[in-house]
Amino acid sequence: MIRLSNVDKVYRTSQIETVALSNINMEVREGEFIAVMGPSGSGKTTLLNILGLLDVPTRGTVRLNGGEVTSYRDRDVARVRNREIGFVFQTYHLINDLSVVDNVEIPLLYRRLRGSERRKLAREALERVGLSSRIHHFPSQLSGGQQQRVAIARAIVGQPRILLADEPTGNLDSQMGDEIMDIITSLNRQEKTTVIMVTHDPRLAATTERIVRLFDGRQVN
Amino acid sequence: MLKNYIKMAFKVLLRRKFFTFISLFGVSLTLVVLMVLVALFDHTFGAYPPETKTDRTLGVFFVEFRSPDDQSMTNGFAGYGFLDRYVRTLPNVEKVSLYSFPTKAVSYKDGMPISSWLKRTDGEFWQLLDFRFLEGGPFTPEDERNRNFVAVINQTTARRFFGAEPAVGKSLDVDGQRFRVVGVVPDIPILRIVPFADIWVPISTAKTDSYRNQKLWGSFLAMVLARQRSDFQMIKEEYRDVLKRVEFPDPQKHNKALGEIETLLDTVSRIFLLDRTYGESPVKRFIGWLIFLMILFMLLPTINLININISRIRERSSEIGVRKAFGASSLTLVGQFVVENVLLTLVGGALGFVLSYGVLQFISSTGLIPYAHFQVNYRIFLCGLGITLFFGLFSGVYPAWKMSRLHPAAALRGRG
Repeated sequence: MIRLSNVDKVYRTSQIETVALSNINMEVREGEFIAVMGPSGSGKTTLLNILGLLDVPTRGTVRLNGGEVTSYRDRDVARVRNREIGFVFQTYHLINDLSVVDNVEIPLLYRRLRGSERRKLAREALERVGLSSRIHHFPSQLSGGQQQRVAIARAIVGQPRILLADEPTGNLDSQMGDEIMDIITSLNRQEKTTVIMVTHDPRLAATTERIVRLFDGRQVN
Repeated sequence: MLKNYIKMAFKVLLRRKFFTFISLFGVSLTLVVLMVLVALFDHTFGAYPPETKTDRTLGVFFVEFRSPDDQSMTNGFAGYGFLDRYVRTLPNVEKVSLYSFPTKAVSYKDGMPISSWLKRTDGEFWQLLDFRFLEGGPFTPEDERNRNFVAVINQTTARRFFGAEPAVGKSLDVDGQRFRVVGVVPDIPILRIVPFADIWVPISTAKTDSYRNQKLWGSFLAMVLARQRSDFQMIKEEYRDVLKRVEFPDPQKHNKALGEIETLLDTVSRIFLLDRTYGESPVKRFIGWLIFLMILFMLLPTINLININISRIRERSSEIGVRKAFGASSLTLVGQFVVENVLLTLVGGALGFVLSYGVLQFISSTGLIPYAHFQVNYRIFLCGLGITLFFGLFSGVYPAWKMSRLHPAAALRGRG
């Protein structure tokens, strides 16, 4: 489903050059549940950004369902992100000025859907994560776990085939973290959503099918 | 999606109230100044009663006489003799009227001097303009021929001299001459220089006949009514031909007559542009200059808005990153931010309209510009809307473009 070939990512400023990723070759099959692990600064988030087309490799190619997305135009990349990929961030990145349901609707704004249809899909997504009673609340009125569930609802509302989660439980206590993992795991098992998750927690990594380990920007397994 | 943008726009507006106030204040204040100026322009040049035939009316407002070597010239209003001989006789026009530039005249009431603007006109003046008579009617070409001492006065003059009583039939002493009032009209604003006066009397009632000898310059103007607008070019060419045949009392002193038969706006444009190249209308260039000056005036608040928007966009880099992550293209985001910005400036514009209305009403009520009645009509409204949209688009496009180039990964890290 996703193939990275000889991917490098180098950040250059006028004074220094940082190699975030070096010679990454990786394949992700449809329906896989993968954990990406490594110490801080090993390139985990950079890898996730490249997988999610939020960043472009300095060298190498990224193929998604056979198409070489590294050569796509901005509009086409945006369409792929909208249709194929959902993101869950460690710090949730909810828009505080919008209500829960308006946050969840965001991916649907960039599809040709009527307002009523968008609202219906958003409500369904919130129901799946158990937050249908909070649709008109604002993020600041929710706990961390609830905010992350809203973020998951936003990520899945468009029924993407790939879910990218960057330390989804990193800011949560263990109980909330377990709830979040239950949702993500059920998406993978029941919906066959491909999940790639960055985590520091070996316990969470153990629930996945495969672990990709990074060290100083290189794969070590 | 538009509903979402509107929601976001108002949330952003309420987020940093001080910045919002600065943005809206800048837009509103600029709009007030420009709307007042536009209202002044419209008030002066727009088609308002009694000037209802402006679509086929031209005038001689200004003439220039030059010496043989072009080193000296005299310019100003034309003389009665000049206009009577060379303009009144133009072929292919429907009607011509001659009238004087208004001058101050003194009357006395109960021993107190009262100053009024006096205009001397022929009888045709009332046929080219559509005055609404509150009492009586105009004097006629026959009154002018017969040197009848009759007068039309405006409402303020009628009230000043006769209170609430009907003025028609009563006598009025002006500059030592006694006139019988035959008509009362509403007050005409001073900026409408063609019809404006407090008191109108026949030209022939002038204290002396010396005005008839004004062969070149003097204190008169002419109004020319064409049969149709398409005759304008023909009339202008005929006038230019006539100017070539002007007889000069002293050809050593002046032997060239220059000028145009044109609209008031043409003449004002010419004065503003210091344009002495007769033969083409300077209005487009004048309007071009006005628009340029307006844009220059709007530049500072626009730049201020751009800066505020750029700092707002930096605050929203996380939101931009999220939207991009979930499928917003750069163009879509540019559209979103421009729409948000236009909505915000429309709020400023609405405030500006309300303030403009208040300022115009205030100016009208103070009498700063005698008899002025400023109003926000559809032309002024459209102009104000155009100004507001200018703000919205130009102060939104650059920040939106800058924002759209934010890398989503960097935006999510909070690095705008």
